[in-house]
Amino acid sequence: MHEYSIVNSLIELCEAEANKHQATCVKRVEVKIGAYSGVEPHLLEVAFDTFKEASICKNADFIMHIQPLKVRCFSCKSENELITNRYCCPECESPNLEVIDGEEMYLMRLELE
Amino acid sequence: MCKDCGCSVTEAHHHHHSDETLHHNPQLNESKTIEVITKILHKNDHEAAHNREHLDRHNVVGINLMSSPGSGKTSLLEAMAGLADFSFGVIEGDLETNRDTERLKRKGIEAHQIQTGSACHLDAFMVHKGLHHMDLDKMDVCFVENVGNLVCPASYDVGTHLNIVLVSIPEGEDKIAKYPVMFRKADLILFTKTDLLPYFEYDIEAEKEAARRLKPNVDILEVTTKDPQSIKRVIEWIAFKQKFRS
Repeated sequence: MHEYSIVNSLIELCEAEANKHQATCVKRVEVKIGAYSGVEPHLLEVAFDTFKEASICKNADFIMHIQPLKVRCFSCKSENELITNRYCCPECESPNLEVIDGEEMYLMRLELE
Repeated sequence: MCKDCGCSVTEAHHHHHSDETLHHNPQLNESKTIEVITKILHKNDHEAAHNREHLDRHNVVGINLMSSPGSGKTSLLEAMAGLADFSFGVIEGDLETNRDTERLKRKGIEAHQIQTGSACHLDAFMVHKGLHHMDLDKMDVCFVENVGNLVCPASYDVGTHLNIVLVSIPEGEDKIAKYPVMFRKADLILFTKTDLLPYFEYDIEAEKEAARRLKPNVDILEVTTKDPQSIKRVIEWIAFKQKFRS
């Protein structure tokens, strides 16, 4: 259950941004959660709803965009989303890939008031 | 209308948006949406980069050891004590007790215990504190023995250079396919307790295949503390990596 630690970091980030913009309240928090970030989206939502009460995000809606694993193939240069655990290019079967999205967690957007 | 703040001052009466103006107008009156695009764990990642620099300055290779509880992380370190040519220390993470640190110290290994309380993983800040207890000038390699857990530690960069992930035979098949995020992080996967293979239904070749499907370039070794040669191969792998970092 590291989702609680992650939400802690997220709320700290929101508070810092709100201070920067002299906002008194965060109305919406939008995050991008990589399918391979190691986080369970449902638990993250539960953790956010629990922790937001004592913070500037008290009245905030929590919007999650789940980002599938996205790879670029070094062999055929194509970019694809990987749906299975099989780590090879869906177009040319090459295992020579680089991950370009889907392994990280980002705070994308905030609505402040 | 002014483009900077959306106020109704016309171009002719253009003003400067100094800090002074902000003081007079300390709150936003309307809601506004801002683009942030920052990693949620960016503070942790920043600290992790700092830890790596700290290790680099002392010419020490940092290795994060991760696995389920009971896969043999501490036993591997104990077994390496008498065999490794390089000297090493261990930052030990557990929810409770100093038992692993005591085990390592009995083998003459410098070790520092971090008790995480209820935290299921180590983060870069905890490891930073641990590093201050290590005499890095006296070692070539510093292991971070993470909390036994195949999920949470995978999300946190602790500031090491390499990840070794252990999976033991008695844990049963399919661990690699079930915990892809963790095994994708591995630079080296160790199948441990392989002396127990005759007693378990465990298709080790199929498991290796699963690992390479997830991460085609991953290194894999089989280990049992009953066979010092298998421990030596792990030592050789580490020594090889260390050579290219000095």
